[in-house]
Amino acid sequence: MIEVQHLTKSYGNQIAVEDLSFTIPNGQIYGLLGPNGAGKSTTMNILTGCLAATEGEVHIDGYDIFEDAEKAKSRIGYLPEQPPLYLDCTPREYLTFVARAKKVPEREISMHILDVMEKTGVEDVADRLMKNLSKGYKQRVGIAQALVGDPEIIILDEPTSGLDPQQIIEIRDLIRDLGTDHTVILSSHILSEVENLCDNVMIISHGRLMACDSPSNLAEMFRGTTTIRLVVDGDAETVQKILEGVDGLTDIEAAPEKEGRTAVRIDSDSRDSDEISKNVFFAFSQAGTPVLQMTMDHVDLEDVFVELTEEEPLSETESLGTSSETEEEEQS
Amino acid sequence: MKAVFRHELSSYFRTMTGYLFIGFLLLFVGVYSYVYNIQNSLANFEYVLSGMSFVFLLIIPVLTMGVIADEKRRNTDQLLYSLPLSMTEVVLGKYFAMLVVLLIPTAIICIYPLVLNLFGNVYLLKTFGAIIGFFFLGAALIAVGMFVSSLTESPAVAAGICFLLLLLNYFMSSLSGYLPATATPSLIAMTALVLIAALIIWMMTRSVGAAGIFAAAAVSILVVLYLVNATWFAGLFPKIMSGLSLFERFNSFVDGVFDVKALIFYMTVCVLFVFLSIQSMDKRRWS
Repeated sequence: MIEVQHLTKSYGNQIAVEDLSFTIPNGQIYGLLGPNGAGKSTTMNILTGCLAATEGEVHIDGYDIFEDAEKAKSRIGYLPEQPPLYLDCTPREYLTFVARAKKVPEREISMHILDVMEKTGVEDVADRLMKNLSKGYKQRVGIAQALVGDPEIIILDEPTSGLDPQQIIEIRDLIRDLGTDHTVILSSHILSEVENLCDNVMIISHGRLMACDSPSNLAEMFRGTTTIRLVVDGDAETVQKILEGVDGLTDIEAAPEKEGRTAVRIDSDSRDSDEISKNVFFAFSQAGTPVLQMTMDHVDLEDVFVELTEEEPLSETESLGTSSETEEEEQS
Repeated sequence: MKAVFRHELSSYFRTMTGYLFIGFLLLFVGVYSYVYNIQNSLANFEYVLSGMSFVFLLIIPVLTMGVIADEKRRNTDQLLYSLPLSMTEVVLGKYFAMLVVLLIPTAIICIYPLVLNLFGNVYLLKTFGAIIGFFFLGAALIAVGMFVSSLTESPAVAAGICFLLLLLNYFMSSLSGYLPATATPSLIAMTALVLIAALIIWMMTRSVGAAGIFAAAAVSILVVLYLVNATWFAGLFPKIMSGLSLFERFNSFVDGVFDVKALIFYMTVCVLFVFLSIQSMDKRRWS
């Protein structure tokens, strides 16, 4: 169990994390979602005792991360944003060092490490120097390091960054597997990852906690409007006339395009988006006006995310919105 | 602490550093021993140590430059902070590992006078006294080097600063002879020292307030003392300079005095700089 109370971290005048409070119960996967520079890594560094908070407290299973540092830290495995590897060691030597530091009994070390390496899939490279390993393997050794000593809480900062799609799937499976008997906190700026991995999502923006709930609840919160986009083979006037006959539409925008086509955007406050789109479809077909394209904007975590994080400086979230989309596409 | 110690020690021999350090030290001991003991037929092995002690200027920075700076450069300090280890354990583990790297050539050097003794009369007590002094001199210098390494993220910068500091220390006692011994220059020099100390405090804490208060308090004490009795300052600075010289104190071992005061001085330097290194690592979590 992790309890965080009124956590604030400032660098001089710049506030990285502001008044963060949350509690994470045992045995769940929590996702920390936020644009770059939102304070995810700072939060994780404070949770793991790598960084001192300016104000506020962190308790791990009731132990203060600063006062009872040793007890608190022995319950945590942490993978920082960049895997902290000694590049002139082999993974086996490195994990042995970590195991000793985490006070795994000397007799059990070699077995335990074998176990961890098998879980993370690094046994093939166990005796190669880490400077010669690919980024994917380095990342996995980093995760292996977090698992050494079998801590109850595993904190992973962007665990899938820099991995190829196959590796990402493997790591996600591993995280899901870990989630069954560990508390896992992972950070990511990839929405789909958080959406399908985590039981709960915390959205952080500009150092503040904007929302904390399950992915489906978060999406539900923001459902309520439906937006349909169309491209119609007909002029704007015809479109307006046809749509006047459809009930439940709140806003219609029609913009003429080339070759006599019209791009249409329809907003509706109805929750039943299927019903609305059916009505729109039949209205056009009865009028004999061909619909060339029809897409529906779904409210998913992404919209929630953009909604929650776009209040302040736009440039950052905008650029993030596009980058996360492309990343999602790459992976799907 | 044992985990860090074992890891550090093996890392010195996984890379070139350990071999370079030991090899260089033994090379110079060998050359000097050949010249002094064999060519010139001197039975005093301690002269060898005194002659080649300058080698520390070159090899200590090589040994200590990366010890903490490298951790920061490669982000492995985050691992150390997140492991259930205290910074005291981490720094002591690192320090003891370096001491062992120094102890290995020191132990090998111990054989030399024994061999010489087969062919003549070597005053072994005096020689081994000097070897002990030599080891403690090295231990103190390593502590200084480690502290310098904890102040920066770049091993190269750490090596440079460490070399300059040791060089200054090496020549400090001979330089102090040329300094004016009157009161006013002493005051000025002491003020400069205080400002350097304040600069180090600022580097460690990044707090202008703490460094400023320290500097203001120390300088005002100096000025008050100066106004009360200026003669206290006469010759004070040169005295302090030669008193702080680590290399100078080694000479009494060479002269045949087993200088307990010097040993205590070396140990104080070790403890002080190990303590400062711990503070420096702990402080980084606050920045």
